[in-house]
Amino acid sequence: MAVKHEQLGLSDEDVLLMYEKMLLARKIDERLWLLNRAGKIPFVVSCQGQEAAQVGAAMALDTEIDYVLPYYRDVGIVLSFGMTCEELMLFSFARAGDPNSGGRQMPGHFGQKKNRIVTSSSPVTTQVPHAVGIALAAKMEKKDFVTLVTFGEGSSNQGDFHEGLNFAGVHNLPVIFLCENNQYAISVPLDKQLACERVSDRAAGYGMPGITVDGNDPLAVYEAVKQAADRARDGEGPSLIETTFYRFTPHSSDDDDSTYRSKEEVEEAKKNDPLRTFASYLKDAQILTEENENAMNKKITEVIDEATDAAEQAPYADPSSIYKYVYAEKDGDN
Amino acid sequence: MAVLSYIQAVTEALKEEMKRDDKVFILGEDVGPKGGVFRATDGLYEEFGEERVLDTPLAESAIAGVGIGAAMYGMRPVAEMQFADFIMPAVNQIISEAAKTRYRSNNDWNCPITIRAPYGGGVHGALYHSQSIEAMFANVPGLKIVMPSTPYDVKGLLKASIRDEDPVLFLEHKKAYRLVKGEVPDEEYTLPIGKADVKKEGNDVTVISYGLCLHLALQAAEKLEKEGFSVHVLDLRTVYPLDKEAIEEAASKTGKVLLITEDNKEGSVMGEVAAIIAERCLFDLDAPVQRLAGPDVPAMPYAPPLEKEFMIDLDTIESAIRDLAEF
Repeated sequence: MAVKHEQLGLSDEDVLLMYEKMLLARKIDERLWLLNRAGKIPFVVSCQGQEAAQVGAAMALDTEIDYVLPYYRDVGIVLSFGMTCEELMLFSFARAGDPNSGGRQMPGHFGQKKNRIVTSSSPVTTQVPHAVGIALAAKMEKKDFVTLVTFGEGSSNQGDFHEGLNFAGVHNLPVIFLCENNQYAISVPLDKQLACERVSDRAAGYGMPGITVDGNDPLAVYEAVKQAADRARDGEGPSLIETTFYRFTPHSSDDDDSTYRSKEEVEEAKKNDPLRTFASYLKDAQILTEENENAMNKKITEVIDEATDAAEQAPYADPSSIYKYVYAEKDGDN
Repeated sequence: MAVLSYIQAVTEALKEEMKRDDKVFILGEDVGPKGGVFRATDGLYEEFGEERVLDTPLAESAIAGVGIGAAMYGMRPVAEMQFADFIMPAVNQIISEAAKTRYRSNNDWNCPITIRAPYGGGVHGALYHSQSIEAMFANVPGLKIVMPSTPYDVKGLLKASIRDEDPVLFLEHKKAYRLVKGEVPDEEYTLPIGKADVKKEGNDVTVISYGLCLHLALQAAEKLEKEGFSVHVLDLRTVYPLDKEAIEEAASKTGKVLLITEDNKEGSVMGEVAAIIAERCLFDLDAPVQRLAGPDVPAMPYAPPLEKEFMIDLDTIESAIRDLAEF
């Protein structure tokens, strides 16, 4: 039965790496909650339940040349594009060494130019037109890279979603719009967000293909994003991909989800936890064994422990630094 | 030296920068074959082609946002808002994104976009084709707001804006487009953003203004000169961040200051100019700082007598200067 990844051209090593990244994202997130509840970091916004879609999508891209505009839950994406566990910890501890912002932004507002992870803000969906602009630059400069932008299903109601998709459709740009549909926009469920059945239905209005895939299956997401990336590189324009799954945690560390959904609903959804289902796929294929699973868990724990210690001990930025970088400084900043 | 109109200076600046750097491109509504509703991009589509003079869908947030993305990548977009009044759907992109890109990324990313928009009234444009919008953006560190008054300043400052490493809102007075003409050097030049300019030296009263009002101030000054009043005229040119030293110097020089803007009075950038003067040189003043501005009504109405009532005229300026001189 475990032939699906082979049909996609992925080796056993590839899918093991895929699982390892998903697991690393999950374990980092779990650690962040512990640190938050211990009073060591002020805020967490989670990726739990979304790791398969994130890692599956990122692995379908060329992480050496492609651009990515992640939204605030995309730990799996930024890890895949080269951000390290220690860098994520520096971000959560708001330390000077945080490559995203030097401790200026809340966690989740990713950005790291050397890895082509584009800086982001808190008003949702503003990144969608930016992705279209980067794709426009690729077309103008005749470059071969594609741009992936992600957002939640709630964001698909914002004007910037519609304006961005329309612009990309009209100008036939090499960009992939990846919706991470986790069923809730903070507390508001899907049926109060969309009048159409699926986010992907909206693609038709903008002259691009739109599909919905099982976001708990990293291979299904990989396949969809790979096809969209191939289309984009071949000059065939943009695609909208909706990945569906369930948000396992409250919206953030400041949210109490018991006010709007039941424990039973959450427990039911966790039966499809992508970490569990993908692990069992890999075990059935004898790719994940007791031995390499133990080694993987041990390694991840060590990496996270070291990163946590290093970040906790790292300094904050000097208070006087708040005056820096409002504008380019004289000594030749970009 | 050639004599150019204000709008010809816009077109020349765009053309020269597009020739100099192939990363410079234009995007906006009707900027292509039509050459813009005011014809600011006239001839550029023919010269540089569809890819660099891009007609966009009618969606201002996308015009700004797509430009911002391209700028973050390393292009030099010049985005056109057809009227400054229509910039409102793009405010989130300009304030939350462009203005904060460098700061929030701790200098990792930057956003060298220029956003051009025609503002101002006196052209029968009514409420939504006449507004001054600068005050809404003049409290946003990370953004620069340039508002030139002469063709010379337009050309030098637009070229500087396009080359600037940070986002610039470049506001052009639409009534000045064809009304205001002036000499522009044939050779290449740019002008510094953030520097005010003394447009006329004088000793009795200081007038500080920008945009179209600056010309009314100069006309009034010339007239009053014949009556023996010597008027000093400072053109802000950049309204954010303000040139505080130049404001202090101009105010201290005469001790009597008149501030003129076409914008609604309360909350206009002139309130900030007055505060700078109060903080830095109150004891050099010989009279209270005076402001002439549009009335505090939502925007200027369409019917000619109503529009005229909103706009500041020469007589009002003249008498305000005379009152100050005689204070």
